[in-house]
Amino acid sequence: MARTADEVIAVKGLRKEYQTSRGTLLALEGIDFKVGGGEFVAIVGPSGCGKSTLLKLLAGLLPATAGDVLLRGTPVNGPRRDVGFVFQSPVLFPWRTVLDNVLLPADVQRLNRGNALPRALELLGLVGLSGFEQRYPWELSGGMQQRVAITRALIHNPAMLLMDEPFGALDALTREAMNLELQRIWLDRRETVVFVTHSIAEAAFLADRVLVMTPRPGRLLDRIDVALPRPRALDLMAAPEFGAIVRRIRAHFDARAAIEG
Amino acid sequence: MRNQALRALLLVASLALWEVAVRALRVPAFILPPPSEIGAALVRGAATGIYLRHFCVTLAETLLGFALGSTIAFALGTALAASPRLEYFLYPYIVMFQSIPKVALAPLVVIWFGLGLTSKVVSAALIAFFPLLVNTIVGLRSADEDRIDLMRSLGATQLQIFRMLRLPSALSFIMAGLEVAVVFSLVGAIVAEFVGSEAGLGMLIQSRNFSMDVAGEFAVLFILGLMGLLLNTALAAVRRRVLFWDPSQKAAASGASMKGSL
Repeated sequence: MARTADEVIAVKGLRKEYQTSRGTLLALEGIDFKVGGGEFVAIVGPSGCGKSTLLKLLAGLLPATAGDVLLRGTPVNGPRRDVGFVFQSPVLFPWRTVLDNVLLPADVQRLNRGNALPRALELLGLVGLSGFEQRYPWELSGGMQQRVAITRALIHNPAMLLMDEPFGALDALTREAMNLELQRIWLDRRETVVFVTHSIAEAAFLADRVLVMTPRPGRLLDRIDVALPRPRALDLMAAPEFGAIVRRIRAHFDARAAIEG
Repeated sequence: MRNQALRALLLVASLALWEVAVRALRVPAFILPPPSEIGAALVRGAATGIYLRHFCVTLAETLLGFALGSTIAFALGTALAASPRLEYFLYPYIVMFQSIPKVALAPLVVIWFGLGLTSKVVSAALIAFFPLLVNTIVGLRSADEDRIDLMRSLGATQLQIFRMLRLPSALSFIMAGLEVAVVFSLVGAIVAEFVGSEAGLGMLIQSRNFSMDVAGEFAVLFILGLMGLLLNTALAAVRRRVLFWDPSQKAAASGASMKGSL
């Protein structure tokens, strides 16, 4: 359910091989998908299925072996400035204050700090971190640190937001709270998001569309539209229509487990 | 407060034990003088100003050598960390040079640079060089991969990654290297003074050794200890300031790791 007609990301026939000492390792094969403007797409798959590799290809951090990634119609050939990346760990710089961490993209891209500052303060307010601007990352909890990382990824108005299991390192309760938080931010800002996770429930709860990936080599097995109304509450996870989506995703992994088991 | 009193008491007790043992066992003063004689030698030398003069000479040699050695080590370490090619060509020489005990070069350095300040500075710089070189290379390469990816994803240049990420990440290694280097510089200066010099605490030790003034020698050793402590404290203060954000600093507040060799 692409909200707007313009597509932000188009991936065509993407393939990635790694050269290792034991020969060529095929990480990804035949990846095709599109993400529309303002769409929230989740990619779900087991560990080692190449999800992180896919995100790094989207960000231009790794070169593709074959195939194309187009961002707003132009091919991604290397790192670009209009991408926001959120990693599994917050990846904050401990020698910078919260505010300076959020302003890192502005510093790197030599944007005017004066222009970025009001936006940084507004975003920090949006994620509930007003008053923590001058604190250092090690003074914050894991969930707060990850919110700083999300804020940093949004500061330079990226064309797409790439999130690599951003809540994987958090405890279950904090994780649920962060899912709600992320939904709230997304409803407010309507960024184009590609969100990688190995949690089926998290993918179904957050996304407009879920892409299911198989491991080694990573292939796209299924695409599932999640046509549930927003804002979604945590209670939704008990609803039958949510359960149906989760079962459909899980069936792919159960089937594979039966074959491989 | 109570611990400090205990500390002082322990010091006084050990000095008293030393004094009593030396007198009771009739140890000759040219083997081991009692603390009272060392104290008297300290007061004598302090009154004439002889210690202050030589203290300043050795301190200047040490600091200049430290500055020279660390500057070159940091620059070369940065170049080697940035360029695997350069490392490939230079590394064998570095390893070879590192395995030579640098104090063994002191006689040569004195022949080349004379009896004055220069030879002491060069000797100090030679010894101070390695701990910082090694730590700079390791430190600059220690930057977290995810942080590098983050910087790259923002379109950062190599120079920006160096300035904003690699250098701050390397600071704890560099500071540990500097702390070792400053103490090593002092060693280099003293050794070069032993080989041949006109002034300095090392020269003073040697001249008192020749005249069998062992109490006077101990007094100079005490002053050397003070200088080492002073240098170490100054660097520890700098480290606490620049690494305020590093949680490992609180644990490692005392005692830098010894890296590199003399």
